[in-house]
Amino acid sequence: MQRIGVFVCWCGSNIAGTVDVKAVAEALKNEPGVVFSTDYQYMCSQAGQDMIKEAVKEHNLTGIVVCSCSPRMHEATFRKTAAAAGLNPYMVEIANIREQCSWVHKDMMTGTEKAVILGKAAVAKVNLNTPLTPGESPVTKRALVIGGGIAGIQTALDIADAGFPVDIVEKKPTIGGKMAQLDKTFPTLDCAACILTPKMVDVAQNENIRIFSYSEVTEVSGFVGNFDVTIKKKARYVKEDVCTGCGACLEKCPMKKVPNEFNLGMDNRSAIYIPFAQAVPKVATIDPNACNMLKNGKCGVCAKVCAAGAIDYTQKDEFIQEKYGAIVVATGFNPISMDKFDEFAYSQSKDVITSLEFERLTNAAGPSAGKLLRPSDGKHPHTIVFVQCVGSRCDACAEKGKEYCSKICCMYTAKHAMLTRDKYPDTEVYVFYIDVRTPGKNFDEFYRRAVEEYGVKYIKGMVGKVTPEGDKLKVQASDLIANKQLHIDADLVVLAAAIEPDQSARPLATMLTASMDTNDFFTEAHPKLRPVESPTAGVFLSGACQGPKDIPETVSQAGAAASKVIGLLAKDKLTGNPCVAGSNELMCNGCSSCANVCPYGAISYEEKEFRMPDRTTKVRRVAVVNPAVCQGCGACTVACPSGAMDLKGFANSQIMAEVDAICK
Amino acid sequence: MQKVTREQLLNKASELLSNGTVSCVLGWAAGEFDYDVTPKMFNCVEELNAGFVFNDFCGANVSKYLVARAGKCEGKILVFLKPCDTYSFNQLLTEHRFDREKVYAVGIPCEGMADIAKVKAVCGDGISSIDTTGEDMKVTTLYADAPVSVAAADVLAERCINCKSKKHVAYDELMGEEGDVIDSARFDEVARLEAMSPDERFAFWQNELSRCIRCNACRDACPACTCEKCVFDNPNSGVENKSPANSFEEKLFHIIRAFHVAGRCTDCGECSRVCPQNIPLHLLNRKFIKDINEFYGDYQAGAEVGSRAPLVNYTTEDLEPGEVFDRRDNNA
Repeated sequence: MQRIGVFVCWCGSNIAGTVDVKAVAEALKNEPGVVFSTDYQYMCSQAGQDMIKEAVKEHNLTGIVVCSCSPRMHEATFRKTAAAAGLNPYMVEIANIREQCSWVHKDMMTGTEKAVILGKAAVAKVNLNTPLTPGESPVTKRALVIGGGIAGIQTALDIADAGFPVDIVEKKPTIGGKMAQLDKTFPTLDCAACILTPKMVDVAQNENIRIFSYSEVTEVSGFVGNFDVTIKKKARYVKEDVCTGCGACLEKCPMKKVPNEFNLGMDNRSAIYIPFAQAVPKVATIDPNACNMLKNGKCGVCAKVCAAGAIDYTQKDEFIQEKYGAIVVATGFNPISMDKFDEFAYSQSKDVITSLEFERLTNAAGPSAGKLLRPSDGKHPHTIVFVQCVGSRCDACAEKGKEYCSKICCMYTAKHAMLTRDKYPDTEVYVFYIDVRTPGKNFDEFYRRAVEEYGVKYIKGMVGKVTPEGDKLKVQASDLIANKQLHIDADLVVLAAAIEPDQSARPLATMLTASMDTNDFFTEAHPKLRPVESPTAGVFLSGACQGPKDIPETVSQAGAAASKVIGLLAKDKLTGNPCVAGSNELMCNGCSSCANVCPYGAISYEEKEFRMPDRTTKVRRVAVVNPAVCQGCGACTVACPSGAMDLKGFANSQIMAEVDAICK
Repeated sequence: MQKVTREQLLNKASELLSNGTVSCVLGWAAGEFDYDVTPKMFNCVEELNAGFVFNDFCGANVSKYLVARAGKCEGKILVFLKPCDTYSFNQLLTEHRFDREKVYAVGIPCEGMADIAKVKAVCGDGISSIDTTGEDMKVTTLYADAPVSVAAADVLAERCINCKSKKHVAYDELMGEEGDVIDSARFDEVARLEAMSPDERFAFWQNELSRCIRCNACRDACPACTCEKCVFDNPNSGVENKSPANSFEEKLFHIIRAFHVAGRCTDCGECSRVCPQNIPLHLLNRKFIKDINEFYGDYQAGAEVGSRAPLVNYTTEDLEPGEVFDRRDNNA
């Protein structure tokens, strides 16, 4: 029989406001196994913890129930308290009477009643608790960063700087990501390339960093400290270590009509290409869908002109296996497709462009060498209409667009408008907005400068329709403040498209067993207190894969993720979770149901000899759980038809005891 | 009448025993009456000649017996499998329940098996013998002067009327021709139950399950129930050794059982065949199968060895839990 102590926390008025804590402590006194019950204002404080320690000694307690906040908040705290008092830390159970009780009830009567029931369930469970001891596992001191944009670059640099090897896996032929496509960056207007490309070079030159460009992660197994990852290096048909990046092949390649994705299809590239001049690695890649040699064996010009002999048309995809201790997701974002937004005539007119396309148009390395020219006829636009929130902040029930604010559009639109007025003062610039949101250091000042110094016409209201007519774009819009309809003949319309997570994020989340929200942004372990960690141990989040972010925020999050990775890799051993599955081999059939559902590959089988009642022996196939790999998810325990599989610390009998206590 | 006769099977078994391919035979033997045929192990030709039977009452699915028997005799064990038995055979192999190397499986054609309850409904009680060798079966009873002739089609078991497959999905040797999977109407009755209001459906099952005497025959005959220790026999499971003490327990027994075999049940129909109270237990299992087919695409347990049942598999195309409710609401 256990000797259980019950400790009811007031949490100031958080709990005591809607729960009669004294009544709870009194009611739980009579539960089976309970020998001591009390309440205190702040159980998690030093005084509260001391109270628990003293009670353990005085009443010779074997188990503890703390009725307090969510176990996610203070379970670890109270486990430490128990350990300090000489108890096994897994003899502690938390009854969550705050988040799941006092905060959701307004009435003292119902709140108290429910708190008592939750307390009874915890007592019932502790009665069946057994001491558990965690195992240890070693840490592979290497990190994997998935995505080579500014987020991935910064994370990798910071981890490498601490002395740990890092691999960056980037699916494009070069690292750099979206930032490499940008012109200037708000609010300081430094040129994106000038601050990004040195960092890209740093990555290339850092001895601790390996870049797997034009590569993808295809398989992940293992667990925190011990991930096994398969990386597919796609065939680029160019030997990476031989190519010097001289560009001779690009010039001679006869296939020059391939839409250039780096310039968002606004100009063309050759079939063999280097995305941009500052690419890292600066190695050519052959586009297999465009190259005649690869498609029908006719050409071979690039191989002839390559002085280094780097071209290899027979190259195959290569699969690399590597072990990592930590994985950082930095898969970034993309602007959403404008296909569903017919009202803005994006598909009808070349002069309706997205903001990212506008970046390329104004970028000195872009298709128009930095001159702001209309894509349709190459003329200078004189009236430009910027439309904000295209696909952002839509109704939850709307068929198109996203419910969330894309966060970066207000600022980059202000930047676009300001730069346009600065370079081409004869241009009239309108910005249609729902709200202008400028939280951030020097952000509001920046936006006000656009309005006050540069004379950008900000109009609160949405554009209803854009109609191409002749060489003009007829823009119909409403001005909500003046309460009137506007008709503007524009030369160029720029749509601030909402941003969404990269398409590769969801399959990656499945591989990593990392959770995502409904918009496919990765979820953090705690929105406030653990913002760069995924709930999956050993998986960290960097940049816009977690939510829309601008560059300053991305870089600071990238650094934060790196510091978490360094903290993990600096350890020699990790203490495991003792709440793992275990199979009762006397009941196990060896049917493989558990191994089939195990997401971690923690279950294997062995032939084992059993003594039968009639003194014969029988060899049977039984399941064996590797406790270092098991994450304690419990999937196997429900898949097991005979109930042979059980979870330590969350045994079926313990769960049933809780349910029984609640239903009594 | 079955297309394959007792003599043909006897000859095949004798041949395989004599040439050493197998060392024992898993078949059927007569019980107390002609109609209560029982699975039986035969160790030599003499035993076979004396006891082996094959007729319209050999419905018993013998594949489950391999779990206990395969590997027990010296060499291989010969097993005669009707098409529906082969699905259970494969499912047991998928779950590693016996060693395939220890078994020699002979697929035999099946014309459908008779339901003795239906025979009794025609001829009354007191059946003393049934001759199934002719086109129609001849039933002799204590109370009738002459044998009553009954057409086999009139007394076909429900599972055979709604036969899902004449195809053998596993065998070492096949007697007769390869059959086909049949597009049967086996889910019609489930659909009728689904169309009921919850109250009607509850009344239906209340009526059926209240007859349960907890004899465990359904579990003991079920080829999917091969746990080393059944949860109903395990004092730690919390559901052990319950008699039908109240209506809650008798219902829960069958619901727990249906959940346990969900995704693994091949719909062989043994549960309903052996139920002494004639409870249509197969309907519970078919409901699961129908749901699985509708939610995850058609899946037949045992169709192939090693297949991943949708309930223990995950694909990115799987429907979300919310969609299950949407579809249910749409169906309602």
